[in-house]
Amino acid sequence: MKLIIEILRQKDRTSEPYRQTIAYEALPDDTVATLLNKLNAEPALTDTVGAPVGTIHWQCSCLQKKCGACAMRINGTPRLACDTKLGEFIKGRLCLEPLRKFPTVRDLIVDRSVMMDNLRAIGNWLEQPAVQTEKAAQLCYDASRCLQCGCCLEVCPNFTADGSFYGAAAFVPASKVLSQLKKENRQNLPQNYRKNIYSGCGKSLSCQDICPAGIDVEQKLVNSNAVAVWKRFFKASQ
Amino acid sequence: MSISIIGAGLAGLSAALTLAEQGVACNLISAQASERAQSVMAEGGINACLDTMGENDSIENHFDDTMRGGVFLADPNAVWGLCRNAPAIVKRFYDLGVPFPVNEKGIVQRSFGGQKKKRTAFVKSSTGKMLMTSLIDEVRKYEARGLVTRLPHHRVQALHIQNDICSGVTVTDSFTDKSVPLPGSVILACGGMNGLFEGMTTGTTQNTAELAALCLENGVELANLEFIQYHPTTVGISGKRLLISEAARGEGGRLFVERNGKPWYFMEEKYPELKNLMPRDVVSAEMVSVVNMPDCGGQVYLDMTGIGMDVWNTRLSDLREQIMHYLDIDPVKKPVPVSPGIHYFMGGIWVDEAHRTSVKHLYAAGECACQYHGANRLGGNSLLGAVYGGKTAAQTALNEGKEAGDAPALKTPEPYFEATPRFRASVSQILTRYLPILRNETELKQALHELDLLEKTAQNPADVRLLRLAQAVAGCALFRKESRGSHRRTDYPETDSACQKQTVVKHNEIFYRDIPELKNHEADN
Repeated sequence: MKLIIEILRQKDRTSEPYRQTIAYEALPDDTVATLLNKLNAEPALTDTVGAPVGTIHWQCSCLQKKCGACAMRINGTPRLACDTKLGEFIKGRLCLEPLRKFPTVRDLIVDRSVMMDNLRAIGNWLEQPAVQTEKAAQLCYDASRCLQCGCCLEVCPNFTADGSFYGAAAFVPASKVLSQLKKENRQNLPQNYRKNIYSGCGKSLSCQDICPAGIDVEQKLVNSNAVAVWKRFFKASQ
Repeated sequence: MSISIIGAGLAGLSAALTLAEQGVACNLISAQASERAQSVMAEGGINACLDTMGENDSIENHFDDTMRGGVFLADPNAVWGLCRNAPAIVKRFYDLGVPFPVNEKGIVQRSFGGQKKKRTAFVKSSTGKMLMTSLIDEVRKYEARGLVTRLPHHRVQALHIQNDICSGVTVTDSFTDKSVPLPGSVILACGGMNGLFEGMTTGTTQNTAELAALCLENGVELANLEFIQYHPTTVGISGKRLLISEAARGEGGRLFVERNGKPWYFMEEKYPELKNLMPRDVVSAEMVSVVNMPDCGGQVYLDMTGIGMDVWNTRLSDLREQIMHYLDIDPVKKPVPVSPGIHYFMGGIWVDEAHRTSVKHLYAAGECACQYHGANRLGGNSLLGAVYGGKTAAQTALNEGKEAGDAPALKTPEPYFEATPRFRASVSQILTRYLPILRNETELKQALHELDLLEKTAQNPADVRLLRLAQAVAGCALFRKESRGSHRRTDYPETDSACQKQTVVKHNEIFYRDIPELKNHEADN
C-alpha cells in the first residue's frame, strides 16, 4: 500500500520543528515501529520534494507494548508505535509527532525524566516490608503494569511538565505503594499525594481510556483517594 | 571509591541496591529508563526452592536440575551460590511488594521446563514486570537519598582498559551529546547480544551487543558464545519474535504435530517423565526433527485448550490477552502454531564465581555475563541469575574497590559511533542463516567466509567491532566439535566429555578453559 507519512521533525532541543512528508510503499500488517525501522534502513531515502530524510530519531525497546518507549502522537492521538498497524491508515495520511507535554530532544524523542522526578518527589517507595492482602493483590498487579510511557499525561488537561500536578503516571504507581504501606508509615506519601495528585486532579478521567496497557486508571484513583484522602484504609490491613 | 553500573534492568538495579544498602554511592547508567529494560518482558517466573507445594523440594534439587539443564557446563560453585540464595531473594521481592499468589505454606510455585519439582514463583505471566516495578521503587528511595545517581539516557562511549585493568568508563548523554567521564570500577549489566540477530529474537532492540563487541576489542574475555537459546514456543510478528511463555506448558499446554492426519503429542511419547517440560534445548531440537519427518505436517502447535478456565483467569489472563491481541487466536479454543526462536544468550562476558571479568575492576552480571546457565538455561533461572549476579558483582566490586583507592582521571576518548543499520542487518542475516539450532562445519565456515567479505563495507569503528563479535560467535560454534545443550552439530552429534569445558575468546584467539571443581559446600547448610 502507498502510504503518505508526515513526520514532525526537530534537529535538537533548541532548533525549530519542521514537517517532512515521505511517500512509501508499506505493508498493512507492519506496525509504525517496523515502518520507522525500515525507513531508517533505507540507504538514500528522500521526501516528496526530493530532500534527504536521514535518520529519523525515535525510541523503542520491546516492540510488543511492554515497555512504553515508543509512545508518540499518531494522527493526533498518543499511542505506542509498536501497537499501531499501518492498515489503519490505508485511506489517509499517517502523521507522526513527538508527545507535546514533554520537551522535544530530537525528532520523535522527548525527555520524559519528569515522570521519574515526580515519583521521587512524592516518595513512591516502601520504608517497611509490604503489607500484602488478597484484596489488594489485583490492584497491585494492575498498578505494577504501568509502562511510564506518558500517554495519560499527554491527554490530561491538568498536567504540565513544570506543574505541581503529577497525573496518572504518578498516581497509578502510588496506588500500589499506598495499599502496601503499614498504617503507621503512611505519612509522606499520603501527604504528597494530597498535594501533588488529589488537589490538582480535575477528575476529567481523560486518562482512563488512553492507557496502552489497559490499566483501570479510575479504580487506582478511587482507591488511592480512599487511602490518602478519605482515610478509609483497606479493611484487611487494619 | 566510585562504582558505575552500566544497565538499569534487573541485574543493574540489584547491583545498585546492594551498594546503596551498604551506604555506598554509585552511578546507574542506562540508554533508557528502567521500565524499558528487557527484564520487564520476562514472563513465566523466578526459581527458588521454597518448598511450598508439598513436594519435598531442596536446594540440592534446584542445583542438580540447573547443572543437568546446562549439560554440566556451568560453574558448579556459582550455581550452588545461586540456588542457595534463591529462597531469600524471592522472599525479599515479596517484602518489596511483588504480588505473588500465596497458599497456607507461602508463595505458590508452578512447574517449569527441566525441573522435577514445582519451583517457579510467578505473578501470572508478567513476573519480570512485577519484579522490576518493585525494585525500581526500592532503588528510587536511594536515589532520593543521593546514593544512586541515575544517568538515564546515556550510552557507553569508551571503556578505559589498560594492561587488563579497568580505570573507568566514559558515557555520552544521548540527549545532549556531552561526554561524562566516570573513573572507578565498572559493573556491566547490559543484557544479551540480541543485536547480532536483529528482528529474530524475543527480546529488546536495545540490547545491541555493542558493549560485548567493545569488550572483545579491549581484550576482555568472552565465553561460550556458541550457546544461544532457541525458545520452543515463539511466533513471528512485525519486526520480532513473540514469546509464548513456558508458563503455558507449565500449566498444561501440549505440543503436537499432525501425523497421518492426527495430532501426535511427540514430547509426551518421547519423554514420558517431563513430557512437554523438557529443557528448552531438547524441546526445540525435537520440534525441528518432527517437522522434517515425511509423515508429519510442517508445523508444530501448542495446544492450550485443555487448561481450565480457573487457571486461565487467575494465572494466565495476560498470556491469553497477548495471544489474542497479536495472533487473533483465542488459545482457550484453538491451538497456536509455534516455532523456536532466539530467546537468550547463555554465553557472554566471561566471569568467575564472584562476577569478576578477566580485567581487574571490571565486573559483569545478568544476561551479558556468561554464568549459571552452561549450555542451556532453565526457564525461571534468568530473573534469578540477574538478581543474584548483580548482587554478587556489586559486593565483589565493593570489596575490591576499597583496595583500589582513587581512580586516576580518564583520557578523552574517541567520538562515539553506533553500528550502522544496514551493516548490522547484513551481519544478522549471516548469523541467522548459519547458526540455527542444527549446525555443521560447512555452514559455519561459510558464515566466517561471508563475514570476512562483509568487512570492506564497514562504515565506522562500531561496524568493525560488531563484525569481530559475529566472527567470534561463529568461530566458537566451529571450535566446539560436539553437541551439547543448545549447540547441536549434525557432524558431531554426540556429547564429548573431553569438551566439557568453557570456550573462551580473547581478541581473535579461541581456546578451552577447565570448569572449576565443585567445592565442599556442606558448611553452607
